[in-house]
Amino acid sequence: MKTTAAKTDKLIELLLTFAKIGFFTFGGGYAMLAIIENICVERKKWITPDEMARLTVVAESTPGPIAINCATFIGYRIAGLGGSVFATLGIVLPSFVIIFSVSRFLDNFLEIGIVASAFKGIRLAIGVLIFEAAVKMMRKIRRDAVSVAILVTSFLVMLAVDLFAWSFSSVSLMLVAAFVSLLFFFIRNRKRGGSCSE
Amino acid sequence: MIYLELFLGFLRVGCFAFGGAYSAIPLIRDVVISSGWLTDDALTDMIAVSESTPGPIMINLATYVGSVKGGFLGSVVATFAVVLPSFVIILLVMVIFQRLMKNPYVEAVINGLIPCVIGIISAVGGYMMLRCCFATGADWAPDFKALFLTAFLALLMFGSKPLLRKKLSPIMLILISAVLGILFY
Repeated sequence: MKTTAAKTDKLIELLLTFAKIGFFTFGGGYAMLAIIENICVERKKWITPDEMARLTVVAESTPGPIAINCATFIGYRIAGLGGSVFATLGIVLPSFVIIFSVSRFLDNFLEIGIVASAFKGIRLAIGVLIFEAAVKMMRKIRRDAVSVAILVTSFLVMLAVDLFAWSFSSVSLMLVAAFVSLLFFFIRNRKRGGSCSE
Repeated sequence: MIYLELFLGFLRVGCFAFGGAYSAIPLIRDVVISSGWLTDDALTDMIAVSESTPGPIMINLATYVGSVKGGFLGSVVATFAVVLPSFVIILLVMVIFQRLMKNPYVEAVINGLIPCVIGIISAVGGYMMLRCCFATGADWAPDFKALFLTAFLALLMFGSKPLLRKKLSPIMLILISAVLGILFY
């Protein structure tokens, strides 16, 4: 049985951990995945790498900021409804405080020299971080031909979409991938003797 | 009533923004400009600020627009509205998650989505590195300073484990990159 005190500790830990993640996330949710992976999977072992991969899929295929999706998911896994509320609150809080102050007190935030140059440096790191998050997940997926083909195709298509500014949504790409995977699932089942049909 | 407008506008953003802030920017632009809250220029400035302050970009934008249009209460309302849909949807997913996972068809779909999402994410990362290191124009002129710094950061991130036997945390990398930015730009 968990005592109330232990439960409160858990909630506060969730709040503080996600506030820290929120504070160090620059450049949006994808960059955050690397930080969440590092803290929630490697250090705190709140979720397994496999769950992290599934979480990424869920976050990507549901609307809303990826960061919120991740915080709600992990918070719920660790401490139920209360956990999801505290984790979400934690991730929102730093941006809220910072942006609110910037919007009230600093008119030309980006014209402050040191801020602008620090951010130029951070921009360079964001691409590296996002790529690292992807590479880490790549190491842990199944290595059958279908998965590898889907991965490489998705990479090439999305890179082309970004480079040539095509209007093609990642959601459509995910629908295609889901369809292809389901198709191969049926083909494999049939090969296994066709006795699978109930 | 501005608070209700902010709530409904950002609820719409929260409900229909798939795949992170960058793909959501057209939607945000549509909501913000069609409501007459901001001009296009003001919004572009805000996006730049939202990108260069910590936190999810969509939250930053909601807080910012809310604060400008409706003060403290406005920013609370807008932020709450943008968070609400994903919060509720994820809770619903979690509740039915366990049961759904055992279904072989759902399993097959997810097994296809995982490599797809990894492909999408690596493309975003790759594109961001390219965009920082090369001028986005017809000639793709390389920016050698950015190239050198990016290569250095990538080496730190990917090479720290084999070289130093200690993995560099992403937060450390952000801090190092900020210092490098102040030193070199």
